[in-house]
Amino acid sequence: MGKLAVWKPLGAALAAIVLELALPNSPRHPPSKYPFFLYALLLSGTIFLAAPLAGLFRPRLLDWLRVKADFHAAALLFVNILNVATNKYALAPPIFFPAPDRILGVLIFDFSYLVGECLVSSAKLLFAGFASGLLAGLATGVAVGFSKRASYWINPLIRLIGPIPPTAWIPLVLVAFPTTFQGGVFLIALSVWFPTTLMTSSGIANVENAYFEVSSTLGAKRRHQIFRVGIPAAMPFIFIGVFNGTCSSFITLMTAEMLGVKNGIGWYINWQREMLSYANVYAGLIVIALSFHLLISLFFKVRDRVLVWQKGVIKW
Amino acid sequence: MVAAAERKAAPANERPGRIRVENVMKSFPQNDGSTVVALGGVDLEVEAGEFVSLIGPSGCGKSTLLRLIAGLNPADSGRLLLDGREIRGPDSERGLVFQNPLLFPWLSIRDNVAFGLRSRGIYKERQEDVDEFLKLAGLEKFALSYPHQLSGGMAQRASLARALVNRPRVLLLDEPLGALDAFTRMNMQDEIVRVWRERGTTMIMVTHDVDEALYLADRVVVMSPGPARIETVIGSGLARPRARSHPDFLHLRARILRILHFGGQVKEPSYQI
Repeated sequence: MGKLAVWKPLGAALAAIVLELALPNSPRHPPSKYPFFLYALLLSGTIFLAAPLAGLFRPRLLDWLRVKADFHAAALLFVNILNVATNKYALAPPIFFPAPDRILGVLIFDFSYLVGECLVSSAKLLFAGFASGLLAGLATGVAVGFSKRASYWINPLIRLIGPIPPTAWIPLVLVAFPTTFQGGVFLIALSVWFPTTLMTSSGIANVENAYFEVSSTLGAKRRHQIFRVGIPAAMPFIFIGVFNGTCSSFITLMTAEMLGVKNGIGWYINWQREMLSYANVYAGLIVIALSFHLLISLFFKVRDRVLVWQKGVIKW
Repeated sequence: MVAAAERKAAPANERPGRIRVENVMKSFPQNDGSTVVALGGVDLEVEAGEFVSLIGPSGCGKSTLLRLIAGLNPADSGRLLLDGREIRGPDSERGLVFQNPLLFPWLSIRDNVAFGLRSRGIYKERQEDVDEFLKLAGLEKFALSYPHQLSGGMAQRASLARALVNRPRVLLLDEPLGALDAFTRMNMQDEIVRVWRERGTTMIMVTHDVDEALYLADRVVVMSPGPARIETVIGSGLARPRARSHPDFLHLRARILRILHFGGQVKEPSYQI
């Protein structure tokens, strides 16, 4: 089986193609104009035929394909089952569980609106909120970590405001801010600010005092100790805080868009749900999943780069 | 106190790095409200360019004295002077190396060594110094490595280079070799002697190891605990380079061990094996 394992995804693609062609579509599903699902299967079939062949010349690609073969085959099997269950036999109500054909159709025909308008709008909101929340979180975290006065005044505030889910502020924010965009930025900033502040200050509090002592005997003054010793040493903690903030900012973004902000991908999903266009809802979810996956991967890349000195220590 | 008389007779020394400790007291408050006296009126003079070892049992205040000279803790009373100026707080003119190398793990070895120059804002003018001291420590090839990639001995050499690149007047060593294995330790002792002879930096070293104290120092200061005071100062007068098996060395070693009550019971004065 070892040598043939790499062909499993091709087998899964062929099986899906055979079922798609052999079984008649259920009359309960509205017919789609183009067989996008078949195209997608043919495309993946071609890829999983060509890749192992290319792998003959690139041993590392072949190794990777072999390791991932089961996963790729299972993914194709999953869409195959999905297609048979919906498009072929209509086992679930077609209005809530549309055929893969129609979801792909929305992704293709609505691409410019979904990505060009909604995703861009969401991205603007997310980045504006994330950037301000991150800066504010680092600033308060460092202040609380290094200054007794700041800690005296800000710590109770952090404990009081921090645990409130940012989305609970939506009713207030909608009336307090002139535009929903500004309100959204504030909410997302809040959701990044809390974990960043908390982990930055506790990261700094956890830095071994000996590092500060050594740096002072090397001639470092207060400023240098903060920016060249305290903050770098607290970086592993800070990244955990920023990671939590990032995840929480995704939740806040979606909720804010569904409840108040009148555009963006979250709003799109909610709007399409109200119109009972579930194919569009799923297309929106797919766009969100891919974008957030991309952002999280980017986050881990940055972390691995900044924390390269910790290699072999970090385990998350 | 022959050594003291000799020093007074010597002509005034122009080299920087002269330490004076005058009747210094230091106590630490405990959790139960009482205080523990760590140093009870200590006097010590270290000449510029001299190598002095502080030795004594745990808790005899050696490290406290070193921290006071480094400026990390203030004295309760008495005065500490470097070249006639009172010591107030830590400064790059007094380098300190601990038993734990305490390299900054987020900086490469080169950046660790450059840390002092950067924090004093003189890195640009003196960057060649960084390479010079990396070479002195035999770490040119590890300039771009991170601390976790170094062995214990290499890390401690990097730590020494980091303190020395500031060209301090005094280098304070708090059991710098305590965590190393015996062979690395003896190698490092030779390296410290080499650096000391080349640079002429005043060195004050805390150690638990009688051999180490004798092998390195011009004078061995034996301290006793509770509250700490200076028991005896032994001017070693041993010729350099030193041999650990020379009869003079063994004689002084036996003397120090006796002062510390580790002399043992000698029943047969002659060789038995």
